[in-house]
Amino acid sequence: MENNDIQLVRAAQDGDKRAFAQLIEKYENRVYNLARKMMRDPQDAEDVLQETFISVYKHLSDFQGDASFSTWLYRIATNASLMKLRGRKPPSLSLDEPAETDDASALPRDLVDWGITPEEALLSGEVRAQMDAAVTQLPETLRAVFVLRDVEGLSVQETADVLGISVPNVKTRLHRARLALRDHLSAYFVESGMAVRKEMRE
Amino acid sequence: MSHQHSALCDELRPALPDYLDGVAREDICRAIEAHLAGCPECQVQVDTLKKTITLYRAAPSEPVPGDVHQRLVRVLNL
Ligand SMILES: [Zn+2]
Repeated sequence: MENNDIQLVRAAQDGDKRAFAQLIEKYENRVYNLARKMMRDPQDAEDVLQETFISVYKHLSDFQGDASFSTWLYRIATNASLMKLRGRKPPSLSLDEPAETDDASALPRDLVDWGITPEEALLSGEVRAQMDAAVTQLPETLRAVFVLRDVEGLSVQETADVLGISVPNVKTRLHRARLALRDHLSAYFVESGMAVRKEMRE
Repeated sequence: MSHQHSALCDELRPALPDYLDGVAREDICRAIEAHLAGCPECQVQVDTLKKTITLYRAAPSEPVPGDVHQRLVRVLNL
């Protein structure tokens, strides 16, 4: 599959527009899905999709084949999303700042148990809308890590490669993102009566 | 139900990320699972985190709408 990508890229580098169209057909859904999760506004997501492939087209000759095409593409798409989120400032190096040692992993005072709620009940349109809203409320750098790893399904190593940060940094950010999303969903499930808050301490 | 938050809860928490991703060492997995069996507080933490991950992974992705695809192809002159 990756071999095929390299062949398509080489052909596109030689000016074969059909080869580039094939790359788009193959990857546009992944790029769009990433953009939809990163951006609140669907129009911004479409802009990111277009900017990503325009940038890929412009920089095709820079692609050396030492990274996989999908890693390279995800890097461009993630940067396009972050740039748009930051008002067109280029992504800063802050992406690799060590995550602050805050109390993100501390236990919440009270617990909401919805871990055994059947998934089908949890996958209603309204729940899905809440899930998307929760992601767009994450700080950008946590959001990028979470979307690449848990939405797009990249490995921890691939996520690190795309973002140019270390594996431990990916793990830390991923965990903080998951905790924040869990807390957001817990609050929503209590509000909507799908779970109850229980006080487990004296 | 009242439960005494123990030092073990804090001790095991740093291992949770790897445990959730299924890459924690065997002996650490066993220690975590033994603890979970007797600690409803940590059990809820783990269950809801696992469910959070499962939910996002299970959510179907949205394909590019036809009009969005058309505009992309037009912008790229293909
Ligand atoms: Zn515990």
